[in-house]
Amino acid sequence: MNLQIVLDTLPAFLEGALLTLQITFVSVAIGLVCAVPLAILRVSRNPLIAWPVYGFTFFFRGTPLLVQLFLVYYGAGQFSDSLDAVGLWTFFRDPWFCGVFTLTLNTAAYTVEILRGGIQAVPHGEVEAARAFGMSGTKLYTRIVLPKAGRIALPAYTNEVIFLLQATSLVSLITLMDITGVASRVAARSFAYYELYLTAAVFYLVIVYALQGVFRRLEHRLSGHLRARPDSEGAAAPAAEPAPPTLRG
Amino acid sequence: MDSLLALEARGLTLVDGVKVTLLVGLASMALAILFGLVGAWAKLSASRALRVAADTYTTVIRGVPELVLLLLIYYGTPTLVQPIVRSWGFEGFRLDLDPFTSGILTIGFIYGAFATEVLRGAYLAVPRGQLEAAVACGMGRALIFRRILFPQMMRYALPGLGNVWMVLIKATALMSVIGTEELMRKAEIAAGATRMPFTFFVAAAAMFLVITIVSLAVQTRLERWAARGVRQA
Repeated sequence: MNLQIVLDTLPAFLEGALLTLQITFVSVAIGLVCAVPLAILRVSRNPLIAWPVYGFTFFFRGTPLLVQLFLVYYGAGQFSDSLDAVGLWTFFRDPWFCGVFTLTLNTAAYTVEILRGGIQAVPHGEVEAARAFGMSGTKLYTRIVLPKAGRIALPAYTNEVIFLLQATSLVSLITLMDITGVASRVAARSFAYYELYLTAAVFYLVIVYALQGVFRRLEHRLSGHLRARPDSEGAAAPAAEPAPPTLRG
Repeated sequence: MDSLLALEARGLTLVDGVKVTLLVGLASMALAILFGLVGAWAKLSASRALRVAADTYTTVIRGVPELVLLLLIYYGTPTLVQPIVRSWGFEGFRLDLDPFTSGILTIGFIYGAFATEVLRGAYLAVPRGQLEAAVACGMGRALIFRRILFPQMMRYALPGLGNVWMVLIKATALMSVIGTEELMRKAEIAAGATRMPFTFFVAAAAMFLVITIVSLAVQTRLERWAARGVRQA
Protein backbone atom coordinates (compact mmCIF):
# COMPACT_ATOMS: atom_id res chain seq x y z
CA MET A 1 0.00 0.00 0.00
CA ASN A 2 1.53 3.24 -1.15
CA LEU A 3 0.06 5.79 1.25
CA GLN A 4 2.60 8.45 0.37
CA ILE A 5 1.26 8.80 -3.14
CA VAL A 6 -2.28 9.22 -1.82
CA LEU A 7 -1.14 11.94 0.56
CA ASP A 8 0.81 13.67 -2.20
CA THR A 9 -2.22 13.60 -4.46
CA LEU A 10 -4.69 14.93 -1.88
CA PRO A 11 -4.43 18.59 -3.00
CA ALA A 12 -5.12 17.53 -6.58
CA PHE A 13 -8.03 15.40 -5.35
CA LEU A 14 -9.49 18.41 -3.53
CA GLU A 15 -9.25 20.47 -6.71
CA GLY A 16 -10.88 17.58 -8.57
CA ALA A 17 -13.66 17.49 -6.00
CA LEU A 18 -14.27 21.19 -6.58
CA LEU A 19 -14.54 20.60 -10.33
CA THR A 20 -16.91 17.66 -9.74
CA LEU A 21 -19.11 19.83 -7.51
CA GLN A 22 -18.96 22.76 -9.91
CA ILE A 23 -19.99 20.66 -12.92
CA THR A 24 -22.76 19.01 -10.89
CA PHE A 25 -24.06 22.33 -9.61
CA VAL A 26 -24.04 24.12 -12.97
CA SER A 27 -25.69 21.19 -14.79
CA VAL A 28 -28.32 20.66 -12.10
CA ALA A 29 -29.18 24.37 -11.94
CA ILE A 30 -29.53 24.89 -15.70
CA GLY A 31 -31.16 21.47 -16.09
CA LEU A 32 -33.83 22.32 -13.52
CA VAL A 33 -34.55 25.69 -15.12
CA CYS A 34 -35.06 23.95 -18.49
CA ALA A 35 -37.03 21.06 -16.99
CA VAL A 36 -39.83 23.04 -15.33
CA PRO A 37 -41.33 24.56 -18.51
CA LEU A 38 -40.68 21.32 -20.41
CA ALA A 39 -42.55 19.32 -17.75
CA ILE A 40 -45.53 21.65 -18.12
CA LEU A 41 -45.45 21.11 -21.89
CA ARG A 42 -45.06 17.37 -21.30
CA VAL A 43 -48.41 17.13 -19.48
CA SER A 44 -50.18 19.11 -22.18
CA ARG A 45 -53.22 17.36 -23.66
CA ASN A 46 -52.17 18.53 -27.11
CA PRO A 47 -50.05 15.70 -28.56
CA LEU A 48 -48.24 18.12 -30.87
CA ILE A 49 -46.82 19.78 -27.75
CA ALA A 50 -46.40 16.75 -25.47
CA TRP A 51 -44.80 14.36 -28.00
CA PRO A 52 -41.71 16.38 -28.94
CA VAL A 53 -40.88 16.72 -25.23
CA TYR A 54 -41.46 13.01 -24.77
CA GLY A 55 -39.12 12.34 -27.71
CA PHE A 56 -36.42 14.44 -26.02
CA THR A 57 -36.76 12.65 -22.69
CA PHE A 58 -36.96 9.25 -24.38
CA PHE A 59 -33.71 9.80 -26.25
CA PHE A 60 -31.77 11.00 -23.22
CA ARG A 61 -33.20 8.39 -20.88
CA GLY A 62 -32.91 5.55 -23.39
CA THR A 63 -29.26 5.92 -24.38
CA PRO A 64 -26.12 5.70 -22.23
CA LEU A 65 -24.67 8.97 -20.98
CA LEU A 66 -21.29 7.90 -22.35
CA VAL A 67 -22.74 7.75 -25.90
CA GLN A 68 -24.31 11.19 -25.44
CA LEU A 69 -21.07 12.64 -24.13
CA PHE A 70 -18.95 11.27 -26.99
CA LEU A 71 -21.64 12.26 -29.46
CA VAL A 72 -21.33 15.87 -28.35
CA TYR A 73 -17.57 16.04 -27.69
CA TYR A 74 -16.20 13.97 -30.54
CA GLY A 75 -19.26 14.23 -32.79
CA ALA A 76 -19.05 18.01 -32.92
CA GLY A 77 -15.67 17.65 -34.61
CA GLN A 78 -17.39 16.25 -37.69
CA PHE A 79 -19.09 19.62 -38.14
CA SER A 80 -16.21 21.83 -36.99
CA ASP A 81 -16.33 23.90 -40.18
CA SER A 82 -20.03 24.71 -40.00
CA LEU A 83 -19.82 25.23 -36.22
CA ASP A 84 -16.90 27.58 -36.78
CA ALA A 85 -18.91 29.49 -39.36
CA VAL A 86 -21.64 30.27 -36.81
CA GLY A 87 -19.13 30.92 -34.03
CA LEU A 88 -20.00 27.89 -31.89
CA TRP A 89 -16.80 25.90 -32.42
CA THR A 90 -15.02 27.62 -29.50
CA PHE A 91 -17.67 26.10 -27.22
CA PHE A 92 -17.80 22.60 -28.66
CA ARG A 93 -14.01 22.39 -28.72
CA ASP A 94 -13.96 22.86 -24.97
CA PRO A 95 -14.38 19.65 -22.92
CA TRP A 96 -15.82 21.55 -19.94
CA PHE A 97 -18.55 23.04 -22.10
CA CYS A 98 -19.31 19.69 -23.78
CA GLY A 99 -19.45 17.94 -20.42
CA VAL A 100 -21.77 20.49 -18.84
CA PHE A 101 -23.88 20.71 -22.01
CA THR A 102 -24.44 16.94 -22.13
CA LEU A 103 -25.02 16.53 -18.40
CA THR A 104 -27.48 19.43 -18.44
CA LEU A 105 -29.57 17.94 -21.24
CA ASN A 106 -29.36 14.52 -19.58
CA THR A 107 -30.51 15.68 -16.17
CA ALA A 108 -33.16 17.93 -17.74
CA ALA A 109 -34.64 14.85 -19.44
CA TYR A 110 -34.79 12.84 -16.21
CA THR A 111 -36.08 15.84 -14.25
CA VAL A 112 -38.89 16.43 -16.77
CA GLU A 113 -40.20 12.93 -16.15
CA ILE A 114 -39.83 13.28 -12.35
CA LEU A 115 -41.72 16.59 -12.40
CA ARG A 116 -44.35 15.14 -14.72
CA GLY A 117 -45.01 12.48 -12.11
CA GLY A 118 -45.25 15.21 -9.47
CA ILE A 119 -47.62 17.37 -11.53
CA GLN A 120 -49.86 14.41 -12.29
CA ALA A 121 -49.94 13.48 -8.60
CA VAL A 122 -51.33 16.87 -7.53
CA PRO A 123 -54.82 16.09 -6.15
CA HIS A 124 -57.47 17.04 -8.63
CA GLY A 125 -59.56 18.67 -5.91
CA GLU A 126 -56.87 21.27 -5.27
CA VAL A 127 -56.79 22.24 -8.94
CA GLU A 128 -60.58 22.35 -9.00
CA ALA A 129 -60.66 24.55 -5.90
CA ALA A 130 -58.11 26.90 -7.47
CA ARG A 131 -60.22 27.11 -10.61
CA ALA A 132 -63.29 27.84 -8.50
CA PHE A 133 -61.36 30.79 -7.08
CA GLY A 134 -60.85 31.99 -10.62
CA MET A 135 -57.19 30.99 -10.99
CA SER A 136 -56.00 29.73 -14.31
CA GLY A 137 -52.89 29.48 -16.43
CA THR A 138 -49.76 30.95 -14.87
CA LYS A 139 -51.34 31.76 -11.52
CA LEU A 140 -52.73 28.24 -11.13
CA TYR A 141 -49.32 26.76 -11.88
CA THR A 142 -47.13 29.07 -9.82
CA ARG A 143 -49.41 29.10 -6.77
CA ILE A 144 -50.95 25.65 -6.62
CA VAL A 145 -49.60 23.03 -9.02
CA LEU A 146 -45.84 23.66 -9.03
CA PRO A 147 -45.31 24.06 -5.27
CA LYS A 148 -47.26 20.89 -4.59
CA ALA A 149 -45.64 18.98 -7.47
CA GLY A 150 -42.22 20.08 -6.30
CA ARG A 151 -42.80 18.71 -2.82
CA ILE A 152 -44.10 15.42 -4.20
CA ALA A 153 -41.16 15.14 -6.59
CA LEU A 154 -38.42 16.12 -4.13
CA PRO A 155 -37.39 12.63 -2.95
CA ALA A 156 -37.06 11.42 -6.55
CA TYR A 157 -35.25 14.61 -7.46
CA THR A 158 -32.75 14.13 -4.63
CA ASN A 159 -31.95 10.78 -6.16
CA GLU A 160 -31.51 12.38 -9.57
CA VAL A 161 -29.04 14.97 -8.26
CA ILE A 162 -27.01 12.24 -6.56
CA PHE A 163 -26.96 10.18 -9.74
CA LEU A 164 -25.87 13.18 -11.73
CA LEU A 165 -23.06 13.80 -9.27
CA GLN A 166 -21.86 10.25 -9.83
CA ALA A 167 -22.39 10.54 -13.57
CA THR A 168 -20.01 13.51 -13.71
CA SER A 169 -17.20 10.95 -13.29
CA LEU A 170 -17.60 10.32 -17.05
CA VAL A 171 -16.18 13.75 -17.86
CA SER A 172 -12.79 12.33 -16.89
CA LEU A 173 -13.00 10.41 -20.18
CA ILE A 174 -13.03 13.68 -22.13
CA THR A 175 -9.82 14.88 -20.41
CA LEU A 176 -11.34 16.86 -17.52
CA MET A 177 -9.53 16.61 -14.18
CA ASP A 178 -12.40 15.84 -11.84
CA ILE A 179 -11.99 13.35 -8.95
CA THR A 180 -11.87 10.37 -11.32
CA GLY A 181 -9.67 12.24 -13.77
CA VAL A 182 -7.09 13.00 -11.08
CA ALA A 183 -7.08 9.37 -9.93
CA SER A 184 -6.67 8.08 -13.49
CA ARG A 185 -3.87 10.44 -14.39
CA VAL A 186 -1.78 9.91 -11.29
CA ALA A 187 -2.42 6.15 -11.34
CA ALA A 188 -1.22 5.84 -14.93
CA ARG A 189 2.04 7.48 -13.91
CA SER A 190 2.63 5.77 -10.57
CA PHE A 191 0.84 2.40 -10.99
CA ALA A 192 -0.82 3.00 -7.59
CA TYR A 193 -4.14 2.02 -9.11
CA TYR A 194 -6.10 0.62 -6.21
CA GLU A 195 -4.86 3.20 -3.70
CA LEU A 196 -5.92 6.10 -5.91
CA TYR A 197 -9.22 4.70 -7.13
CA LEU A 198 -10.13 3.77 -3.55
CA THR A 199 -9.39 7.35 -2.51
CA ALA A 200 -11.58 8.59 -5.35
CA ALA A 201 -14.35 6.23 -4.19
CA VAL A 202 -14.10 7.60 -0.64
CA PHE A 203 -14.34 11.16 -1.96
CA TYR A 204 -17.52 10.31 -3.87
CA LEU A 205 -19.02 8.45 -0.90
CA VAL A 206 -18.46 11.43 1.40
CA ILE A 207 -19.89 13.94 -1.09
CA VAL A 208 -22.89 11.73 -1.93
CA TYR A 209 -23.93 11.20 1.67
CA ALA A 210 -23.26 14.82 2.63
CA LEU A 211 -25.43 15.97 -0.26
CA GLN A 212 -28.11 13.54 0.79
CA GLY A 213 -28.05 15.04 4.28
CA VAL A 214 -28.55 18.52 2.82
CA PHE A 215 -31.54 17.35 0.80
CA ARG A 216 -33.04 15.57 3.81
CA ARG A 217 -32.96 18.84 5.75
CA LEU A 218 -34.60 20.61 2.81
CA GLU A 219 -37.31 17.97 2.68
CA HIS A 220 -37.83 18.31 6.42
CA ARG A 221 -38.24 22.08 6.11
CA LEU A 222 -40.62 21.87 3.18
CA SER A 223 -42.90 19.39 4.91
CA GLY A 224 -43.15 21.31 8.20
CA HIS A 225 -46.87 21.90 7.78
CA LEU A 226 -47.49 18.17 7.44
CA ARG A 227 -45.99 17.22 10.80
CA ALA A 228 -47.64 17.33 14.19
CA ARG A 229 -46.66 20.45 16.10
CA PRO A 230 -43.95 19.68 18.65
CA ASP A 231 -45.97 21.15 21.54
CA SER A 232 -49.23 19.38 20.69
CA GLU A 233 -48.15 15.74 20.77
CA GLY A 234 -45.14 15.87 23.03
CA ALA A 235 -41.94 15.04 21.16
CA ALA A 236 -41.64 15.43 17.39
CA ALA A 237 -41.58 12.32 15.24
CA PRO A 238 -38.12 10.69 15.06
CA ALA A 239 -36.06 11.57 12.01
CA ALA A 240 -36.27 9.10 9.12
CA GLU A 241 -33.44 6.61 8.61
CA PRO A 242 -31.00 7.87 5.99
CA ALA A 243 -31.62 5.76 2.90
CA PRO A 244 -28.98 5.25 0.21
CA PRO A 245 -29.91 6.44 -3.27
CA THR A 246 -32.08 4.13 -5.30
CA LEU A 247 -31.91 3.47 -9.00
CA ARG A 248 -32.29 6.26 -11.52
CA GLY A 249 -35.21 4.91 -13.53
CA MET B 1 -24.10 10.81 -48.11
CA ASP B 2 -20.61 9.88 -46.99
CA SER B 3 -22.16 9.02 -43.66
CA LEU B 4 -24.55 6.54 -45.24
CA LEU B 5 -21.77 4.87 -47.22
CA ALA B 6 -19.60 4.61 -44.11
CA LEU B 7 -22.51 3.17 -42.13
CA GLU B 8 -23.20 0.65 -44.86
CA ALA B 9 -19.55 -0.41 -44.89
CA ARG B 10 -19.22 -0.73 -41.13
CA GLY B 11 -22.78 -1.39 -40.03
CA LEU B 12 -22.06 -5.07 -39.50
CA THR B 13 -19.39 -4.42 -36.88
CA LEU B 14 -21.97 -2.39 -34.97
CA VAL B 15 -24.42 -5.28 -35.17
CA ASP B 16 -21.66 -7.52 -33.77
CA GLY B 17 -21.27 -4.96 -31.03
CA VAL B 18 -24.99 -5.16 -30.22
CA LYS B 19 -24.62 -8.93 -29.81
CA VAL B 20 -21.73 -8.48 -27.38
CA THR B 21 -23.64 -5.76 -25.50
CA LEU B 22 -26.65 -8.05 -25.12
CA LEU B 23 -24.43 -10.94 -24.07
CA VAL B 24 -22.56 -8.99 -21.39
CA GLY B 25 -25.84 -7.35 -20.36
CA LEU B 26 -27.61 -10.69 -19.86
CA ALA B 27 -24.61 -12.21 -18.07
CA SER B 28 -24.32 -9.19 -15.75
CA MET B 29 -28.06 -9.27 -15.11
CA ALA B 30 -27.95 -12.94 -14.16
CA LEU B 31 -25.07 -12.19 -11.83
CA ALA B 32 -26.88 -9.16 -10.41
CA ILE B 33 -29.95 -11.30 -9.61
CA LEU B 34 -27.69 -13.84 -7.93
CA PHE B 35 -25.96 -11.14 -5.85
CA GLY B 36 -29.40 -9.67 -5.20
CA LEU B 37 -30.79 -12.96 -3.88
CA VAL B 38 -27.79 -13.43 -1.60
CA GLY B 39 -27.93 -9.78 -0.51
CA ALA B 40 -31.67 -9.90 0.21
CA TRP B 41 -31.23 -13.16 2.13
CA ALA B 42 -28.45 -11.56 4.19
CA LYS B 43 -30.48 -8.40 4.85
CA LEU B 44 -33.41 -10.46 6.10
CA SER B 45 -31.33 -12.94 8.08
CA ALA B 46 -31.35 -13.11 11.86
CA SER B 47 -27.57 -12.74 12.02
CA ARG B 48 -26.46 -9.22 12.79
CA ALA B 49 -23.11 -9.67 11.05
CA LEU B 50 -24.80 -10.69 7.80
CA ARG B 51 -27.20 -7.75 7.97
CA VAL B 52 -24.38 -5.28 8.56
CA ALA B 53 -22.36 -6.79 5.69
CA ALA B 54 -25.32 -6.53 3.31
CA ASP B 55 -26.10 -2.98 4.39
CA THR B 56 -22.50 -1.96 3.86
CA TYR B 57 -22.54 -3.55 0.40
CA THR B 58 -25.64 -1.67 -0.77
CA THR B 59 -24.65 1.62 0.89
CA VAL B 60 -21.13 1.72 -0.50
CA ILE B 61 -22.00 0.54 -3.99
CA ARG B 62 -24.73 3.11 -4.37
CA GLY B 63 -22.51 5.98 -3.31
CA VAL B 64 -19.64 5.36 -5.75
CA PRO B 65 -19.81 5.95 -9.52
CA GLU B 66 -19.83 2.82 -11.71
CA LEU B 67 -16.86 4.10 -13.67
CA VAL B 68 -14.70 4.37 -10.53
CA LEU B 69 -15.67 0.85 -9.40
CA LEU B 70 -14.97 -0.52 -12.86
CA LEU B 71 -11.51 1.06 -12.98
CA LEU B 72 -10.86 0.06 -9.37
CA ILE B 73 -11.60 -3.59 -10.05
CA TYR B 74 -10.00 -3.82 -13.49
CA TYR B 75 -6.78 -1.91 -12.79
CA GLY B 76 -6.74 -2.08 -9.01
CA THR B 77 -7.09 -5.82 -8.36
CA PRO B 78 -3.90 -6.89 -10.18
CA THR B 79 -1.82 -4.14 -8.56
CA LEU B 80 -3.19 -5.15 -5.16
CA VAL B 81 -2.88 -8.93 -5.56
CA GLN B 82 0.40 -9.23 -7.51
CA PRO B 83 2.80 -7.85 -4.87
CA ILE B 84 1.16 -9.96 -2.16
CA VAL B 85 1.43 -13.20 -4.13
CA ARG B 86 4.97 -12.34 -5.22
CA SER B 87 5.98 -11.77 -1.61
CA TRP B 88 4.90 -15.37 -0.92
CA GLY B 89 7.70 -16.51 -3.23
CA PHE B 90 5.99 -16.73 -6.63
CA GLU B 91 8.39 -14.33 -8.32
CA GLY B 92 6.97 -14.14 -11.81
CA PHE B 93 3.30 -14.05 -10.80
CA ARG B 94 1.07 -11.95 -13.06
CA LEU B 95 -2.65 -11.48 -12.76
CA ASP B 96 -4.22 -10.46 -16.04
CA LEU B 97 -7.93 -9.77 -15.85
CA ASP B 98 -9.61 -9.88 -19.19
CA PRO B 99 -11.88 -6.89 -19.77
CA PHE B 100 -14.83 -9.08 -20.72
CA THR B 101 -14.99 -11.03 -17.45
CA SER B 102 -14.04 -8.22 -15.11
CA GLY B 103 -16.59 -5.98 -16.81
CA ILE B 104 -19.37 -8.52 -16.31
CA LEU B 105 -18.29 -9.13 -12.70
CA THR B 106 -18.19 -5.42 -11.88
CA ILE B 107 -21.50 -4.51 -13.51
CA GLY B 108 -23.16 -7.57 -11.95
CA PHE B 109 -21.72 -6.69 -8.56
CA ILE B 110 -22.90 -3.06 -8.78
CA TYR B 111 -26.43 -3.82 -9.94
CA GLY B 112 -26.63 -6.67 -7.45
CA ALA B 113 -26.86 -3.94 -4.81
CA PHE B 114 -29.93 -2.49 -6.51
CA ALA B 115 -31.40 -5.96 -7.10
CA THR B 116 -30.93 -6.64 -3.37
CA GLU B 117 -33.38 -3.88 -2.48
CA VAL B 118 -35.86 -4.98 -5.14
CA LEU B 119 -35.80 -8.63 -4.04
CA ARG B 120 -35.94 -7.75 -0.35
CA GLY B 121 -39.09 -5.75 -1.00
CA ALA B 122 -40.53 -8.58 -3.09
CA TYR B 123 -39.86 -11.13 -0.35
CA LEU B 124 -41.62 -8.96 2.20
CA ALA B 125 -44.58 -8.57 -0.16
CA VAL B 126 -45.36 -12.30 -0.20
CA PRO B 127 -48.21 -12.87 2.27
CA ARG B 128 -46.90 -14.54 5.48
CA GLY B 129 -50.00 -16.75 5.74
CA GLN B 130 -49.04 -18.56 2.55
CA LEU B 131 -45.63 -19.42 3.92
CA GLU B 132 -47.21 -20.70 7.14
CA ALA B 133 -49.67 -22.72 5.10
CA ALA B 134 -46.79 -24.24 3.14
CA VAL B 135 -45.05 -25.22 6.38
CA ALA B 136 -48.34 -26.68 7.63
CA CYS B 137 -48.55 -28.76 4.46
CA GLY B 138 -45.18 -30.24 5.36
CA MET B 139 -43.07 -28.54 2.68
CA GLY B 140 -39.34 -28.19 3.29
CA ARG B 141 -37.45 -24.95 2.91
CA ALA B 142 -36.25 -25.68 -0.62
CA LEU B 143 -39.71 -26.71 -1.75
CA ILE B 144 -41.28 -23.61 -0.22
CA PHE B 145 -38.76 -21.43 -2.00
CA ARG B 146 -39.34 -23.15 -5.34
CA ARG B 147 -43.12 -23.46 -5.23
CA ILE B 148 -44.38 -20.60 -3.09
CA LEU B 149 -41.80 -17.92 -2.50
CA PHE B 150 -39.87 -17.63 -5.76
CA PRO B 151 -42.83 -17.53 -8.21
CA GLN B 152 -44.58 -14.83 -6.18
CA MET B 153 -41.43 -12.86 -5.49
CA MET B 154 -40.83 -12.71 -9.23
CA ARG B 155 -44.24 -11.14 -9.77
CA TYR B 156 -43.54 -8.42 -7.23
CA ALA B 157 -39.93 -8.01 -8.31
CA LEU B 158 -40.40 -7.82 -12.09
CA PRO B 159 -41.12 -4.08 -12.38
CA GLY B 160 -38.09 -3.30 -10.21
CA LEU B 161 -35.84 -5.80 -11.95
CA GLY B 162 -36.97 -4.43 -15.31
CA ASN B 163 -35.83 -1.03 -14.13
CA VAL B 164 -32.47 -2.50 -13.05
CA TRP B 165 -32.08 -4.06 -16.51
CA MET B 166 -32.78 -0.76 -18.29
CA VAL B 167 -30.08 1.01 -16.31
CA LEU B 168 -27.71 -1.95 -16.45
CA ILE B 169 -27.77 -2.33 -20.22
CA LYS B 170 -26.84 1.34 -20.57
CA ALA B 171 -24.08 0.91 -17.99
CA THR B 172 -22.46 -1.79 -20.14
CA ALA B 173 -21.34 1.05 -22.44
CA LEU B 174 -18.80 1.89 -19.71
CA MET B 175 -17.09 -1.43 -20.37
CA SER B 176 -15.74 0.13 -23.57
CA VAL B 177 -13.43 2.14 -21.30
CA ILE B 178 -11.53 -1.01 -20.29
CA GLY B 179 -11.57 -2.30 -23.87
CA THR B 180 -14.50 -4.73 -24.05
CA GLU B 181 -15.51 -4.80 -27.69
CA GLU B 182 -19.19 -4.09 -27.19
CA LEU B 183 -21.39 -1.69 -29.15
CA MET B 184 -19.83 1.49 -27.79
CA ARG B 185 -16.24 0.30 -28.39
CA LYS B 186 -17.12 -0.80 -31.94
CA ALA B 187 -18.66 2.62 -32.58
CA GLU B 188 -15.51 4.29 -31.25
CA ILE B 189 -13.29 2.19 -33.52
CA ALA B 190 -15.45 2.91 -36.56
CA ALA B 191 -15.60 6.61 -35.65
CA GLY B 192 -11.82 6.78 -35.43
CA ALA B 193 -11.23 4.92 -38.68
CA THR B 194 -13.70 6.93 -40.75
CA ARG B 195 -13.33 10.26 -38.92
CA MET B 196 -17.09 10.38 -38.67
CA PRO B 197 -17.67 10.27 -34.92
CA PHE B 198 -21.09 11.89 -35.08
CA THR B 199 -22.43 9.35 -37.56
CA PHE B 200 -21.29 6.32 -35.59
CA PHE B 201 -22.22 7.60 -32.14
CA VAL B 202 -25.69 8.47 -33.44
CA ALA B 203 -25.90 4.94 -34.84
CA ALA B 204 -24.84 3.52 -31.47
CA ALA B 205 -27.40 5.70 -29.70
CA ALA B 206 -30.10 4.48 -32.10
CA MET B 207 -29.19 0.86 -31.40
CA PHE B 208 -29.37 1.47 -27.65
CA LEU B 209 -32.80 3.02 -28.19
CA VAL B 210 -33.92 -0.09 -30.07
CA ILE B 211 -32.66 -2.25 -27.19
CA THR B 212 -34.61 -0.04 -24.74
CA ILE B 213 -37.81 -0.25 -26.80
CA VAL B 214 -37.58 -4.04 -27.18
CA SER B 215 -36.79 -4.40 -23.47
CA LEU B 216 -39.87 -2.38 -22.56
CA ALA B 217 -42.04 -4.61 -24.74
CA VAL B 218 -40.54 -7.79 -23.27
CA GLN B 219 -40.97 -6.44 -19.75
CA THR B 220 -44.67 -5.77 -20.31
CA ARG B 221 -45.20 -9.31 -21.58
CA LEU B 222 -43.18 -10.84 -18.74
CA GLU B 223 -45.16 -8.90 -16.16
CA ARG B 224 -48.41 -10.09 -17.70
CA TRP B 225 -47.09 -13.66 -17.68
CA ALA B 226 -45.95 -13.46 -14.06
CA ALA B 227 -49.32 -12.10 -13.01
CA ARG B 228 -51.27 -14.79 -14.86
CA GLY B 229 -52.55 -16.26 -11.59
CA VAL B 230 -53.88 -12.94 -10.33
CA ARG B 231 -57.50 -12.03 -10.87
CA GLN B 232 -57.76 -8.57 -12.36
CA ALA B 233 -60.57 -6.26 -11.41
